[in-house]
Amino acid sequence: MTKARAFLFAAATALTPVTVKAADDQVTTFSLDNGMQVVVVEDHRAPVVQHMVWYRAGSADEEPGASGAAHFLEHLLFKATDKLESGEFSAVVAANGGNDNAFTSYDYTAYFQRVAADRLELMMRMESDRMRNIRLTEQDILTERDVIIEERNQRTENNPRSLFGEQMSAAQYLNHGYGIPIIGWMHEMETLDLENTMAYYDRFYHPNNAVLVVTGDVTPGNVRELAETYYGVIPADPEKRTYERTQEPPQRAERRVIYRDARVAQPYVQRSYSAPERDPGSQEKAAALTILAEVLGGGTTSYLAEKLQFDTQKAVYAGSFYRGTSRDDTSFDVLVVPSPGVSLEEAETLMDETLAQFIEDGVDAEQLARIKQQLKAAQIYARDNVDSIGNRYGQAMSTGLSVQDVQDWPNILQAVTGDDVIEAARAVMNKRASVTGWLMRDEEVTQ
Amino acid sequence: MMRIFATLFSLVFLTIPAQAEVKIEEVISPGGIKAWLVQEPSIPFMALEIRFRGGASLDAPDKRGAIYLMTGLLEEGTGDLDSRGFAKEVEGLAASFGYDTGDDAARISGRFLTENRDEAVELLRRSLLEPSFNQPDIDRVREQVLSGLRSDAQDPNNIARLEWDSKTYGDHPYGSAFKGTVESVEALTRDDIVAAHSAVFAKDRIYVGAVGDITPEELGPMLDKLLGDLPDTGAAMPVQADLQIEGGLHVTEFDTPQSVAIFGHSGIDQDDPDFFAARILNQVLGAGGFESRLTTEVREKRGLTYGVYSYLASQDLAATVQGQVASANDRIGQAIEVIKDEWAKAASEGITQKELDAAKTYVTGAYPLNFSGNGQIARIMVGMQMLGLPIDYIATRNEKVEAVTLEDTNRVAAYLLKPDNLMFVVVGKPEGLSAN
Repeated sequence: MTKARAFLFAAATALTPVTVKAADDQVTTFSLDNGMQVVVVEDHRAPVVQHMVWYRAGSADEEPGASGAAHFLEHLLFKATDKLESGEFSAVVAANGGNDNAFTSYDYTAYFQRVAADRLELMMRMESDRMRNIRLTEQDILTERDVIIEERNQRTENNPRSLFGEQMSAAQYLNHGYGIPIIGWMHEMETLDLENTMAYYDRFYHPNNAVLVVTGDVTPGNVRELAETYYGVIPADPEKRTYERTQEPPQRAERRVIYRDARVAQPYVQRSYSAPERDPGSQEKAAALTILAEVLGGGTTSYLAEKLQFDTQKAVYAGSFYRGTSRDDTSFDVLVVPSPGVSLEEAETLMDETLAQFIEDGVDAEQLARIKQQLKAAQIYARDNVDSIGNRYGQAMSTGLSVQDVQDWPNILQAVTGDDVIEAARAVMNKRASVTGWLMRDEEVTQ
Repeated sequence: MMRIFATLFSLVFLTIPAQAEVKIEEVISPGGIKAWLVQEPSIPFMALEIRFRGGASLDAPDKRGAIYLMTGLLEEGTGDLDSRGFAKEVEGLAASFGYDTGDDAARISGRFLTENRDEAVELLRRSLLEPSFNQPDIDRVREQVLSGLRSDAQDPNNIARLEWDSKTYGDHPYGSAFKGTVESVEALTRDDIVAAHSAVFAKDRIYVGAVGDITPEELGPMLDKLLGDLPDTGAAMPVQADLQIEGGLHVTEFDTPQSVAIFGHSGIDQDDPDFFAARILNQVLGAGGFESRLTTEVREKRGLTYGVYSYLASQDLAATVQGQVASANDRIGQAIEVIKDEWAKAASEGITQKELDAAKTYVTGAYPLNFSGNGQIARIMVGMQMLGLPIDYIATRNEKVEAVTLEDTNRVAAYLLKPDNLMFVVVGKPEGLSAN
């Protein structure tokens, strides 16, 4: 759970901006006077730049009844502004040989362009324009709403695994926005309108609620100059309002989901445990859970694969997942895809027995050493892809973490011990705070 | 205000985007293996990309899926290392290896640190040249493949892909999934896997790209060590496919809310003098991004889909133009009508000068964006070699795009786009559509 449950729009600060140079000397961070944070990751090997703006608002910040508004708005930001006609934004990016797109998650919404480095100013001019100046029409709403409905059809309605995942999340969260799909529930998407979309825009699209991330062939000085010119002139949201998400009560009862669908070819069982996320200044638990996901179910040499795929061969696949970069409580998931002839009931029993045995056995020291070695090497490989470094900062900083938290993270991971992992496993694998789901064929329908 | 802003933008258009500067050198190993290399010593690792032409299309008759399964088994043990032993060694070196197969090539990729490069290369060599192919591993990985095939059989995108391919390519390898079928994969034996290995991996079909912290003097001996013991030759290359598209609409009933349609007809070879004109034409008609005519008409104006696109599928053994769209069952019919109209309009009227100019600016400007990251550059270099492009191609490619005229694109549109032969394969429960 995040320490400060609510997040406050930072007020404009009169202090001299401090430039923090990362230990990894590719990264520079600073803030504009209006509170907008800036991250620059340099790579001068190719004359290319990626320009991103991350808003600290996602689907979990929507008003009740307006699910899908955050994502719908993301689509609508490609329509008209005071200065650009509908569709002109992307047309200008393309005419400059660039690519652009955007994405929405539970905690953030981000917009990006990849383009030749000498086009950065143009990108900033357009992106800063649509931060405050979109001009939507009723026709935009009607047509684009059909597009997002088709997007839901494509991503979710046509895919039983997505539908199952949606039900799992809905069961995991009784009182928090993470229980509602990012794209929205269909019946609410159908009613999204100009009013609730603009309400979301006015509430969250402000420089003091945004992070600018520029990666590639740029210098921090040049980025600062341009950012001050285009983003720095936009006033901070004066209301200093606090936005408080509803939070989960303690989970006191184990929950179960059984989803049947005629289109399911490969049934599986999934366990989702309520789990803490990376908290500012306190990332140790999340680090232990991150290592746990690797040790327990991160690939061929993991504990679950060893026991269920190799030794007993009861599973075609077994793995575990944890995504610690999240504003509020997240989940730790275990998945078992049974071999032919193994029932879901049997698979679930095997899952429980294997998890219990893992806690009993402890962590293999050599395996832990290999994982840490890989994490170290990942920092070398990451330098080959500065966009991914930028994404890491953007994601962390739009879920409440600081630059320092991002830079401390590799060392915190290296410090995790086998005992920490087992302790984290014991704490997280509380069945009372879990959802167990079966994805099954619909027995009533024969293909 | 709008006009002033637009003027500012158009000033920016005038400058030519930066060119990619990629210094490729050709390296011939002492043993005669050719590679293209880009030295990039700033980060202490290298990316290696190796392709073997032929790939899954070399499957023996009735052994469909053997090469796909064989490729998946390369990381399942060699000599005294079993599956997990091998994986532990790779993890310990913090290297990563990829083993993959496609219609036209089998692909081996590696990424390893300078500090333990020799050990990593030796491990990669053992997996490629001395795989164990132990029966328990074959059976275990086979189950994973079968699980995937069963899922594919319930996925409308995959069902549409299979329908389109079988109708287009018939008995040619392109006409079936290279993963095989449940029946063919169940029947594969260890001998089939061993035969697949010797069919695919041979010196007469190797293409190599290397990018990173390595010199030409180091790369040559490394390649000899890695690939020198491969046999000189493998299976005979497959023949060209004989396209069987006659147009029309085919519906495969599948109970799902949104129908998926794949459409297309014959295309154009990559070495055709008109290829760049066709590339520009497709950019305007249906390439990705928000600007194409198909996206404008089907998505932006009518909201009929989340995504519609077309592309030039110019493969080794067949060239087609293909596209895909997905719309709710009660709207797919309308989407198809719009696509047909746009196809016919482009064929008869071509594109406009303004569209040509915008497409050229995009296609030339976006080209340098591709060359970021060692692995990505290695992949591009191997693709260039497989197409027989010259080593200085990157520097000259945009000139070829610039040279395309409106006359070229519209002449190509008239013969390349064939509205009457445009075949649609639809999977779902489309309303008001019936096969003809």
